[in-house]
Amino acid sequence: MDYFLVSFFLIQYVRTSLQTAEQMPRWDTLLKYARIFSIVLIATFYAADQPDWIQWIWHVFLIGIMVVLYRNDEFKPIRSMIQAVIPFIVVSVINDFLEAVFPKFYNRYDQILSIATIFAFILCFVIWFYARKQQKVLIKEREDRLREEKESKAQKESLEYLVAERTWELTQQKEELQKAIEELKATQNQLIQSEKMASLGELTAGIAHEIQNPLNFVNNFSEVSVELCQELEEEIDKTAIQDSEKEYIKEIIGDLSQNQQKITHHGKRADSIVKGMLQHSRTSSGEKEPVDINTLADEYMRLAYHGLRAKDKEFNAALVTDFDSTIGTVKVLPQDLGRVFLNLFTNAFYAVADKKRKLSEAGNLNDYKPEVKISTKKFNNKLYIRVSDNGTGMPDHVKAKIFQPFFTTKPTGQGTGLGLSMSYDIITNGHGGALEVDTVEGEKTEFRITIPII
Amino acid sequence: MKILVVDDEEDVKSLFEQKFRREIRAGQFEFSFAFSGEEALAFLAQHPSEVVMILSDINMPGMSGIELLRSIRREHPSAPPQVMMITAYGDSANHDQAMELGADDFLTKPVNFIELKEKLLNTI
Repeated sequence: MDYFLVSFFLIQYVRTSLQTAEQMPRWDTLLKYARIFSIVLIATFYAADQPDWIQWIWHVFLIGIMVVLYRNDEFKPIRSMIQAVIPFIVVSVINDFLEAVFPKFYNRYDQILSIATIFAFILCFVIWFYARKQQKVLIKEREDRLREEKESKAQKESLEYLVAERTWELTQQKEELQKAIEELKATQNQLIQSEKMASLGELTAGIAHEIQNPLNFVNNFSEVSVELCQELEEEIDKTAIQDSEKEYIKEIIGDLSQNQQKITHHGKRADSIVKGMLQHSRTSSGEKEPVDINTLADEYMRLAYHGLRAKDKEFNAALVTDFDSTIGTVKVLPQDLGRVFLNLFTNAFYAVADKKRKLSEAGNLNDYKPEVKISTKKFNNKLYIRVSDNGTGMPDHVKAKIFQPFFTTKPTGQGTGLGLSMSYDIITNGHGGALEVDTVEGEKTEFRITIPII
Repeated sequence: MKILVVDDEEDVKSLFEQKFRREIRAGQFEFSFAFSGEEALAFLAQHPSEVVMILSDINMPGMSGIELLRSIRREHPSAPPQVMMITAYGDSANHDQAMELGADDFLTKPVNFIELKEKLLNTI
């Protein structure tokens, strides 16, 4: 009976603690057979009226199980538990051995030996029971740990999510700040630029005023000298000098007069430059009035074109217009804006003509088609005007200076260097807008005007 | 006709003398020159009721042309000479002020001498 209980519980213990049904099904079937075998054994024991030999089968069976359990690594985790059976088996085997070999001795110590067997038997279950309890505690601990792990994992995940979210927010903020800084820098540059232009404009106007007075004297005196020369000529005729000498004197007077005329001519040239400079300071006297921008642009484009055609008969360029018909009229200073258009177009035509000339000099005109384009656009309460050409373009060092007064790349006498500086003034100060330039050297130039619509 | 020219630029004298040489020789005009507003007032005090016409610059150091005009109109209310203002600043504020103070005409520099000659001949 005790054998059955031990083997039965041992098998059961192994199966439940290692969960052989799921973990190792092969062993599970074997254990099930072992269980059936032990049931058969106990049944046989009672059916055969409790024969002694069956004890030995039990011994072999149990020792066999032990050996199997010991020799296979799969059962290592519960080895210490299995060991609890060993004293019982040993005591039982000794017991049966003594009974069979030394019956006398056995009979004498019969009681002691059976008590020992019982103790071993009880010990076996006590250890099992104790181990079970401990294992339960362990399992509980393991479950707790697992739960904790799970919790901390969840916490970690939520933390990670938070961190990611914050990181994203911070990145976003950083980008926004960077953008703001860039905008600020651009605005600063614009401010510096417009300040520079404004002070240059004032300086220009101041210089112009200072120059105008002496220049007036130059012009007036040279004019009056021409008149004096004429009078001198008339007076000479009245004198009684020899004709040959008269001729000689008249020749000198003629040269003098010519020189005076040259002085007047160049003085007038300087005068027109000074006038141009003074237009800088002129506080826009005109009132803003509604003007059809497209018509104005078209008009000045043609004006500039024909102005150049009159000087250079060979000049030719395609005029491309891209007008936004929805603009209608915009309140501007028509004369000032017209001057801006005239400047931009004149420059554009000059650039394409210059490129054509250079290309034909180099002998590779190919199929260069000079083109000047104007486009207008009304968008978001702003007026956008672009004047572009496929002319000579500008290198960076030229581009940096084009809005400064007196800067010109044209040959002496052909440009005052005031056109773009004045245009800049008209657009920024006169209209509260912006004048920008984009250029690729040798390829194209584009001027962009932006004017807020009031 | 006696004309007083007031300008801080001394070269104005020779310019006028040359420009109006024929008229001066013909005795049509007689020019006197003053190189500041103060000098002009002193000249007027020394030669009372001789000067018929005053040509004055506005922008001068010391007494300006406008101040000179004001004091002329105040001190000679009975027989006012004709006063013509000449300035490099042809803005409306200067013009309006001069006209308000009793200027007879207003010219901007550079002076168009043909036009000035006509105007002077018309006043004779």
